[in-house]
Order: sequence, then structure tokens, then C-alpha cells
Amino acid sequence: MAECCGTEAKLIYACSGAADVGEIADRVARKLRAEGFAKMTCLAGVGAGLSGYVQSAKGADENITIDGCKKACAKKTLERIEVALTSYVLTEFGLVKGESPVSDEIVTRMCEKIKSTNGTKAVPEGRINGGCGCGGKC
Amino acid sequence: MKIEILGTGCAKCHKLDELVRATVKETGVIAEVNKVDDIKKIMTYGVMTTPALVIDGEVKAAGKIPAKDEIMKWLGGK
Repeated sequence: MAECCGTEAKLIYACSGAADVGEIADRVARKLRAEGFAKMTCLAGVGAGLSGYVQSAKGADENITIDGCKKACAKKTLERIEVALTSYVLTEFGLVKGESPVSDEIVTRMCEKIKSTNGTKAVPEGRINGGCGCGGKC
Repeated sequence: MKIEILGTGCAKCHKLDELVRATVKETGVIAEVNKVDDIKKIMTYGVMTTPALVIDGEVKAAGKIPAKDEIMKWLGGK
């Protein structure tokens, strides 16, 4: 839903990449949208240069990107249109690419980490994979 | 030239509508100006923030009221 004037426009984009962490990034963005944290919109629309998506990003109060891995495709896509953004990279939150089966638990955990940073970059912590809570030891 | 003002009816949307109509009149450009408040139609442009200005199908601005000079430039005026 489009934000009307007077309402803070906080937009969120996920890399939605092919890897497990890309899928988690997508689910995290959708969950954050459902929780009212931000309005999710299409990274592909920005990448394709579609004017509505590009101008919405330029007119937003805040753009948030969620990338699965350090390649940071979502962040780089937004940087190409020269907008300020807040970037989150899930592997910096301890997820390991290719070793992080998608689960509700891990999605919820990533959402909580993003919300807890309150717009600031979170401090990376130990490895997390599989959502089992072992800290990467299993 | 076809111009659309996208917005659900708030003060900024009305202000943009007035500004665009006044700028069109000032430049003398022949344009059809329409206000679009149907959220489904607004969403077809991929617009997430309003007010937005669409000229000949291209979204020129969203989430803000562009400067008159910018609008003039888009209209092909001085």
C-alpha cells in the first residue's frame, strides 16, 4: 500500500537470492512488513529502472536493504540510484551461506536482530546455522 | 502530454495538483491533467509513496512535491 503524505515512508527491500540466506532475507522482509516495521517493495523494480520504484526509493524517508550474504546485491542496487539506505547482511548476524536451512525460528531471530538495532548497524556475533541454536557447532 | 497526480487526497496531494496545473498554464503546454486517487491504479505504477507525479507514463517524483523549476523542465518549458 502506498504511503500518503504525513506518514513516514520506510521501505524495505530483500535480495531474495537463490541461496538459503537469500530466501531467509526474503522471508525476513515479508515478516517485518507484516509486523508493520516497514513497507516492502520490489528490489527487481528498482533494478529494472522502473520509474515508480526508483522514485519511491528517492522519496522515501528511509530505505532498508536486507541481503543474505556479503555480496550485498540489494544494497548495491539501491546505491546505483544514489539513495541513502540502512543495510543489513544476514551473514553478519551469524548465518552461514549454504548451511542455514530456512525455518520460522531463524526468520524470527533475524527479524528481532534487525528491530533491535533500531536503524543502526548491529554488532556481528557468532555463527548461527540451521536454527538449532548451537552457535554453529552442530 | 498526459499528466497524472497520484494521491489519496491529502493536503500535499492537493498542493501538487494545484502546482502542476498552475505550471501547465504558465508554460502554455497542451496537457491533460488528471488526479488519480484510486489506490489500485496508484499501485500499478509501483509507487509506494505519494504524492507522485506521472508524465506520459513515467513517474517523475514520488513522496514529495517537486520544485516548480523541475516541473517546468519536465514539461519542456524554460
